[in-house]
Formats: sequence, structure tokens, C-alpha cells
Amino acid sequence: MKDTPGKPMPVTGATLDEKIANARKQLDAHFVEMVKWHFSPETGCAFWLDKAKTFDFNPLTDVKSFADIRRFPIFEDDWLRGGPVRKWVPKAYADRGVYVFETGGTTGLPKSRIVIDDFKIDYEMMSDTLPDQSFPKGSNWLMLGPSGPRRLRLAIEHLAQYRGGICFAIDLDPRYVVKCLKARKIAEANAYKEHCIDQAITILAGGHDIRCMFTTPKLLAAFDEALRNGKLEDKYRELGKAVPSGGLRSIKSAGIVGIFSGGTEFTPQFTREAYEEMLDNGDVYMTPTYGNTLMGLACSKPIGPEDGFKISYYAPQPRAVIEVVNPKNYDEVVPYGGTGRVLLTTLTKEFFVPRFPERDEGEREKPFDKYPWDGVSGVRPFAELAGGTVVGVY
Amino acid sequence: MIQIPALRFGKPYQSLDKAQLIHHVTGEPVAEVSQVTGSQISRDVGLTERLHKELAAIPVRDILAMYKKAADHFVNSTLPCGDAELSFDDYVRNLSATTGSPMVFCRRNAMKVQYVMDNVEEVIGGLSRGLDPEALDKGYSTKAGRMQAFFPTTHVFGAVLPSNSPGVHSLWVPTLALKMPLLLKPGREEPWTPFRVIQAFIKAGIPAQFMAFLPTDHAGAGDILRLCGRSMAFGDDRTMAPYKNDPKVEIHGTGYSKYLFGEDQADGFEQYTDLLVEGIAANGGRACVNASAVWTPKNADAIADAIAKKLAPMTPRPWDDPNCQISAFAKPEVAEAINNMVEEGLKTPGAVDVTAKYRSGPRLVKEGRIAYLLPTIIRCDSPDHPLANKEFLFPYASVLECPQADVLNRIGYTLAATALTADPKFVADVMACSHIERLNIGPLPTNRLTWDQPHEGNLFTHLYKQRALNIAADHPVSV
Repeated sequence: MKDTPGKPMPVTGATLDEKIANARKQLDAHFVEMVKWHFSPETGCAFWLDKAKTFDFNPLTDVKSFADIRRFPIFEDDWLRGGPVRKWVPKAYADRGVYVFETGGTTGLPKSRIVIDDFKIDYEMMSDTLPDQSFPKGSNWLMLGPSGPRRLRLAIEHLAQYRGGICFAIDLDPRYVVKCLKARKIAEANAYKEHCIDQAITILAGGHDIRCMFTTPKLLAAFDEALRNGKLEDKYRELGKAVPSGGLRSIKSAGIVGIFSGGTEFTPQFTREAYEEMLDNGDVYMTPTYGNTLMGLACSKPIGPEDGFKISYYAPQPRAVIEVVNPKNYDEVVPYGGTGRVLLTTLTKEFFVPRFPERDEGEREKPFDKYPWDGVSGVRPFAELAGGTVVGVY
Repeated sequence: MIQIPALRFGKPYQSLDKAQLIHHVTGEPVAEVSQVTGSQISRDVGLTERLHKELAAIPVRDILAMYKKAADHFVNSTLPCGDAELSFDDYVRNLSATTGSPMVFCRRNAMKVQYVMDNVEEVIGGLSRGLDPEALDKGYSTKAGRMQAFFPTTHVFGAVLPSNSPGVHSLWVPTLALKMPLLLKPGREEPWTPFRVIQAFIKAGIPAQFMAFLPTDHAGAGDILRLCGRSMAFGDDRTMAPYKNDPKVEIHGTGYSKYLFGEDQADGFEQYTDLLVEGIAANGGRACVNASAVWTPKNADAIADAIAKKLAPMTPRPWDDPNCQISAFAKPEVAEAINNMVEEGLKTPGAVDVTAKYRSGPRLVKEGRIAYLLPTIIRCDSPDHPLANKEFLFPYASVLECPQADVLNRIGYTLAATALTADPKFVADVMACSHIERLNIGPLPTNRLTWDQPHEGNLFTHLYKQRALNIAADHPVSV
């Protein structure tokens, strides 16, 4: 499949320092360009053109580099609740087909984000980071994750198609699971989880040559449990198919070679458990990701026992930027290794989100060769908010 | 700081995520305990069908002999605890340090655990009502010409344990002797006793693979109850509510234990004051068999006053003082919340804190990092008062008057009741009362247990089900 237009150029440089400097230059130029795009009456969206009337600066003339992002207000996610959603569509894209992706919404209004091609570009960029031996080109995929108005549903399908495969999906309503958990209906939530896993097992038993999958940490564990308990073998027998001589009681023996995982918190402990106990000590490759509907997705450094299963994420700069900041002062980036709140910025032609305080905290990570800009590790629910969030299967 | 691993049916496991335990008085770290996830629990439970067969193949007499040795090791040997080796005294000190229960209580409770290990054959006899232990090898017994046959209901027994009372460990100790693999989820602050019992068993010769020690979080505990064919769990009414009708889970919840005076004994209540105090305050008043109410047809004011006077001298002492009578709250906010509940209840007319006049200060005492709740007797004028039927984690009881003819209709669920009466009719009524689980007749404290008579569930009938079995004459298995 051809690339969707809009991918940034790769950062070049002979040394890491040179790459870091070039990445910064690229970000500065991209930021100025995006601000011009979103705040010009010919191209921008109604929301930002209106909002600019409240600024004490002119975005079209006063923004010179990414440092000027501090002149913009902190993005409030409540701005995304309720319509009309057209207020977010840039005028330049008025004639394009628009998707709306939602996040939250178990109770009250969900946050809505408009998308045209961003999810395709993000996932094509991510695809370029995947090792081909673990995510073979032309392989079919299983999407064991949320369906409905979620970005992931379409994004994974596009990823599979981009890599020459076809994606099979299940029905999964994460809002229903969260409702069950909030009401302490644990048995009902577990029954729903089993229903989701049963759908995945049925797809796998269908003989579609599925070798790659997306799933969340919790569903990965439930999927592994079901396989160990012989659910795929049972499904084969139910369908009158012979169970292969080696059995089908592990993710590896079920034919999966690569797993792209994300959606909820990913701890080093879970990663280690998955690597050692579910994925045959890394024989099945897994790459964690961090992202959300607003930002896109951040890729992880390769994980493994050599660095204690530490997970470090890097945003797809310059289209998105992660900063780790002092939670009491979002203008202050914490030192490398320091703990702070994750501040996201999205800078695409479709969507402008300056400085959105995520519900997560983590440690600031140094740039490295593959991603010559800041990253974040140890991502977990922000301590001051933890406890208010119910994490379902998704 | 001691590093305590999880034990995954014989395999020690050091996790990346650990729970840190601190000394309740000094705040110093004492231990880090490795944690497992629900999916690891699930993976390990998957091993138990095979392990169960292997354990079942060991003759029960051999296992019973190993229990005797384990009982000795438990109190007399230095045993591994992660990367440390602990004597019995070290163990008691650590147990007290992280739970806030005074050393004297910890030692006393540990001896209950040792008693069950040492007398497990007697305990099993009580649980199975005299079944020949060899029946556990064969699956049946033909005692007195009657066939008694049983089959196991599970391949593993899971126990979700509390942190507040080490004596409860005596309840799961017989599991291996019943030839059932054992999976323990320790209370967060109390890994010490389960780990030490397992080490004593291992030193005595029971293969480590039959025992799992799996510290985990609340969700992991739920997974244990979901995945184990049979389990026991300790928790308050709200926590245990989802399992109320689940036959796989034996619930050990709030006890609402009580003393019940008959008309014939209420005038002579003075002779029972020490007995009442023991049932209310023994072990810091934290057990479900501690009395939380005294029901009498008359003299309630005088009874409440007599108990209050006796309880008043129970004041905080250092955790290692052998004369300690009340436990500290390692989390002062818990003591504060309980105190607020009592104070809130007192705002409803019809209740008086009788102990208040005998105390030199408030009920809630804060000392440094910790807090105490001083013994409290509330005189309620009606069984309907919000404080009449409450149970708290400190020596607390309500005293109320109710006609003898009504009392059994009003008491509600009662784990342990002591009926102070010699009236044959009242005795017969109490015997027939379906609200009472464990019944003591006469001057016995509510917390007096007999190991051969289980209460709140029976481990044998939980793990085995009776079956009809006929074996043809001359069949090889009938030999």
C-alpha cells in the first residue's frame, strides 16, 4: 500500500548531538507551520480562530519556535466534550470525509476528536519501526481490542492493510466493562471478558493464517489463560478440525509471532511476565505503545531483560511532542530521570492540541539515536488522580 | 531489609513490583515482598491438577509425621525467610513490627498455629468426625462395617488471608494433611506466618511444590477465589458480599459474637464479669469470635458498668511489653475512621459510652506514627440502635436489655454465642437457634475454640464430598 501523504522527513545527522539539534530545528519549523495553518482564516478551524480572540499575542506573527508554545493556554479536555464537532474541522479540509473518534464516555459526554488521515500517518510511521521477521509483511492480524468509535479499531486495520495483511476484529465495548466494574459486578465483567476472548479464539480457529495481533495487557493475559486452558483446542474439536500434534496451548503454538500492545498502563512487571511466561521468553515479539486519541501513538524502545524490562516511550515528533513537567508548573520541564506529569502536544494539520496534561506521570528520558528527542518511562496514572480511574479490559 | 519472594509451587519468584512493609512504630522498612499478578496465579493454578495427584500418592501417615516435625521446626528452628534466616523470636518480632499486634499476642497466636500442626491428626479427626485418616489414601473407609467414601472437590485450596490476626492461620494449616495442594495469599502486612509455616513444612520433608505463597493485590485475590475450586477468604461484609452464595468460597467475615444472659443468671452477673471481659478484649478484640454485644433480660446498666470498670485499665503499652492488652493501629487513619463511626453512632439518642467516665482521656489515642482505640462499652437502650450490632477492630461491645422470650428472634447472625443460663428451656431454645454458628453453654468465653470442632465452615467437607461407593466382592481394590 502507498504511503499516506504527510509523513515527516526522517531526522538526519552524523552524531547523536547533531541529530538532537536537527530534530529540534525540525520541530521549531513544524510548530510555526502548524500554528500558521490552524490560525489562518483560510485554513484553520472555527474553534481555534475563536479562541485566538482571547489570546494576548498574535499566533500568526509572534510564534517563532516551539518555545513559544508556552504562550498558548493549557488545553482543556472539556473543550472536546459536545458539539458541534465541525468546529474542529480545519477550513482547508471542509470537503474531506471526516471520522470522529471518542475517548471516555462511560458516564457523561465522551471526548470527541476529528480525524481525516492522521491515524493512517501515525500507524504507517509506527509500522516503519516494526521488525519484519516478527510482523511479517502480508500476514493477517487479529484486533483483540476495543471496537466502536475508537481510533484503535480503524488504526489497527489500517496497519494490517499497510503491511499487506487483512485484519479480523471482535466486538468489544469497553464502556460496558467499566460500568460493570464501577458497579462491582465483577462476575459480569469477567463473563464479558470471556465473551471477547471466545470471539478471538473463534477467529483463530477459522484458519485465517493470523500471525500478528493487537491487544491490551489485560486481554493478552486473558487470551494466554484461555489458550493454556485448551480453549483453542476445544474450538478446533467443536469445528471438527484436528488439533496439531504440538497442541495449541500457548500464544506461540497458536501461530502468533508479533504482538503490538497498548491501550492501558504497561508496567515493567507485566512486560516481564508477558515476555517470560506468555511469549516463550521473547520468541513471540511484543512491542508496547503509549498513546491516545488526542496524540497518536508513541513507540517504545525495544524491551527485554537486559534493562529490567524498562519501558520508554517516544512521541512521533514533530507531529506530537511529549514533555515531562512539574505538575505544579507546566512551564518547567523536569531534569532527565526526574518524575513529572506527562504533557502532550499534537501538531498535525488536522488537529492542534497544545500542552494537554495527560492523566499520567513518568520519568523524563534522554534522546537516543532512533528517537533524538525526549521520551518518558515508567508511565503510570498520575498520583494525584490515581484512584479516580477505573481500568477495564481496555 | 528482608526480601521475601513469592513461592510459585516450589519456585521462588522475585518480582519487579514489591510491597514494602514498615515498622509500625519507627517507620523503618522491615521487608519487601514480591508480588504476583492474576495471570501468574492463573498459570500456577493450572499446575495443580498434576500436583494434586502427586500429593495424593504420598501416604497420609507420612504426611502426618511430617506435620509433627514441622510443628517442632516452626517454634524451635531457624527457618529461611527470603534472604534472611529467622528464629522463632525474630519471626514474632517481625510479625508484631509490621502488623501492630503486640508481641505477646503474636506469640500466643503463633502457638495456636503450632498446636494445630502438632495435633493435626486430632484436628482432622474432628473435621471429618472420626474418619480413619487412611481413608485419605484410599478414598474410602469401612469403619464399623459402614462404607464412607469421599472425593475431592478441587485440585487446590486457596486462602486469602488477613493481616490482623495471626491465629487464623490455624484454619488452613490442615490442608496438606488432607492431601490438597495449598495456595496462600498473605495479608499485606502479614507475610510472616504463612511463609514460616511453609518453610517448616519444607524442612520437615513436605515437597515445596505442593505449596504456593502468592502475595498479590485485591484483584489478584479475586482471581484466587475465581480460579481455585475451593477457597477461604477473610473480609468485611462488603468485601465478601459477592461470594455470599458461592459454594466454592468459605467466607470468614464479621462475627457479631455475643454473650446471652438467661433470666436465671442475670442477677448474678458479677461472677461473669471476667468472662465477659475476656470474650470482648482477648487478643485485642480483633477476632471474629470476640464478643461485640452482651444481651441480658435485666441489669444491663450494672453489667455495662462492671465491664467498663474492668476494661478501663487497658491502656497502650509498648509493642514488646509482655503485659500489652491492646493492639496498635499501624495506620492511624483506620483508628480515626472507626472512632468517628462510634462517635457518629452516639449522636443517635439511646446510647451512652459507659467506659468514658473511667477513661482518663478520649477513646482515640495517637502516639507518633500509630494510634490506639481504648476499650469501649456502649449501653444501648434498644437492639435497633445503630451501635447495638456493630463489630470493630478493638475491644468494643454493646450491652442491651431484651426479654429472654425475644432475644433469639432479635440477635441476628452470630458466629459465636455463649449462653449464660441453666434454664433447660432457654438452653433448648438456644440449641435450636439457627442464627448461631458456634455455641458455648455455660461460663465459657466466646473466643474459646476447640480444634476438633470447626466453626464457620469445615475444611474437610469443603475439600471433600461424600459419595456412594460399592465395590464388588473379591475386587482387587477392596483388599
